[in-house]
Amino acid sequence: MHDLSILLIELGTVLLGLSLLGRIGRRVGLSPIPLYLIAGLAFGEGGLLPLSASEEFIEVGAEMGVILLLVMLGLEYSAGELVSNLRSSAPAGLIDAVLNALPGAAFALLMGWDWVAALVLAGITWVSSSGVIAKVLSDLGRLGNRETPVVLSVLVIEDLAMALYLPLLTAVLAGVSLAAGATSLVIAVATVVVVLLVAIRFGNAISAFIAADDAEALLLGVLGVTLLVSGLADKLQVSAAVGAFLVGIALSGPVAHHAVELLTPLRDLFAAVFFVFFGLSTHPAEIPHVLLPALALAALTMSTKVLTGYLGAKRAGIALPGRFRAGLALMPRGEFSIVIAGLAVAAGVEPQLASLATAYVLITVITGPMLARIPDTEWFKAMLRRRTATVPAHPIPQTDTSL
Amino acid sequence: MRVRVEQTALPGIGVRHDLVMASGRRIGVVSHRSGRRDLVLYDQDDPDACIASLPLTDDEAEALADLLGASLMLGQLAGLRSQAAGLLTEQISIPAGSPWAHRRLGDTRARTRTGASIVAVLRDREVIASPVPSFAFQTGDVVVVVGTREGLDGVAAILAETEPDG
Repeated sequence: MHDLSILLIELGTVLLGLSLLGRIGRRVGLSPIPLYLIAGLAFGEGGLLPLSASEEFIEVGAEMGVILLLVMLGLEYSAGELVSNLRSSAPAGLIDAVLNALPGAAFALLMGWDWVAALVLAGITWVSSSGVIAKVLSDLGRLGNRETPVVLSVLVIEDLAMALYLPLLTAVLAGVSLAAGATSLVIAVATVVVVLLVAIRFGNAISAFIAADDAEALLLGVLGVTLLVSGLADKLQVSAAVGAFLVGIALSGPVAHHAVELLTPLRDLFAAVFFVFFGLSTHPAEIPHVLLPALALAALTMSTKVLTGYLGAKRAGIALPGRFRAGLALMPRGEFSIVIAGLAVAAGVEPQLASLATAYVLITVITGPMLARIPDTEWFKAMLRRRTATVPAHPIPQTDTSL
Repeated sequence: MRVRVEQTALPGIGVRHDLVMASGRRIGVVSHRSGRRDLVLYDQDDPDACIASLPLTDDEAEALADLLGASLMLGQLAGLRSQAAGLLTEQISIPAGSPWAHRRLGDTRARTRTGASIVAVLRDREVIASPVPSFAFQTGDVVVVVGTREGLDGVAAILAETEPDG
């Protein structure tokens, strides 16, 4: 009973602290993710106020957080949207993967880490944060901009690529042989394809099965299916996160719409717990050691993201200012990078990885949304105008057919 | 519709429709899955960027659409009025209890008797343009008439008759 009271007091304090941080963050226009990570650092071992009784609860909560983050991500897309997007934006996705995953892998090898750590770091630097970027785009009033579909397509392709990358990583981290790793990759690919096909063909039937008139039954139904599938996926070594993502994709229409409404508060709660947990598993004392490498990695991979967005927007026939807007918007890394690092840390890969990932995500997620505002500033516009004025007028690509 | 509306999917958010106006400006509407709609106005110097994005609720969007649709029709009539001196428009309503409710437009023989034409009927925020003689009035309809002053007065008198002679 004594433990229980301490657990409640600790959890209450942590949640109250997060609420205050979130409020401060919103006032200065900062995403809550970096604040939660910092809170985790403060509450962890070697931090200001180490927790004693609630770590186990937070660990389970963090796992729920990952699952909820991914099921919500899946709910945002319909299977048809994913497939049509895959067809039209595969080249942009490929540029994205090459430009951003390879530097991460190369960096890990330069640090003298093994190829497993390289695979992990490649994933961390590859994936932009869909959540943070979607928020930034809507905050800056750019949802109507003509380069925005390019940015969103890159995010969708990345999310879909994660459905293949995470199971592969899970298999590699479990230390299975090459053959077993290949088998689990095949299983993962087959699962993803089958789920997409089933969702396109029978999405309505699945949704109708879960659909319920009252909110409570719907909430329990969606949560139940998600946890069940995640658990089964985990057993198959396909990773619980991917299972949840696929459940999200399979649900569509009004069920998906209502489920989003019902799950959002739960996701907010457990995702916060997840980021705190990740902060907890990092020793604040290690951050100074990895700060320089993290800054270098962030500078490198934030520039490659700008290039990714620039090239993607150029391909879509967007003019110069829009290319920079697309590039600069793509810089923040967030939830996925932490999910990947979390998997690696749990598997005991490279002890410095957690602190590097924390510092890296902190840097990109704090500076990214700020840098994304640059193209809206007067001096940047003036600079672009001067540039286009000195370069002999090149024709603006004419892509729209509406004229 | 002479303008071309371009549709673009915004994965995870919704769809965007936009069009280029005769003036060269581009406007669009971002429809969110949640039902929210943003009216967006593009920058003249940088047609990829929107300079304003106005979030509208379902009701606001509907009200704005009505406003644009209705004012388009009345605007055309106003233009007609200024072009041809002496030609006027008037809106005459069919009140509850009017003998014309449920009777046909042809029965008024308005054009034959007054020279003025019934060019449109406004019903429930809808515009019924160029109603045919078999069109049946309903209580609450607003009849838009075009003609000379005498013609309009004549139609108003016909529609005000308590015992239409058919």
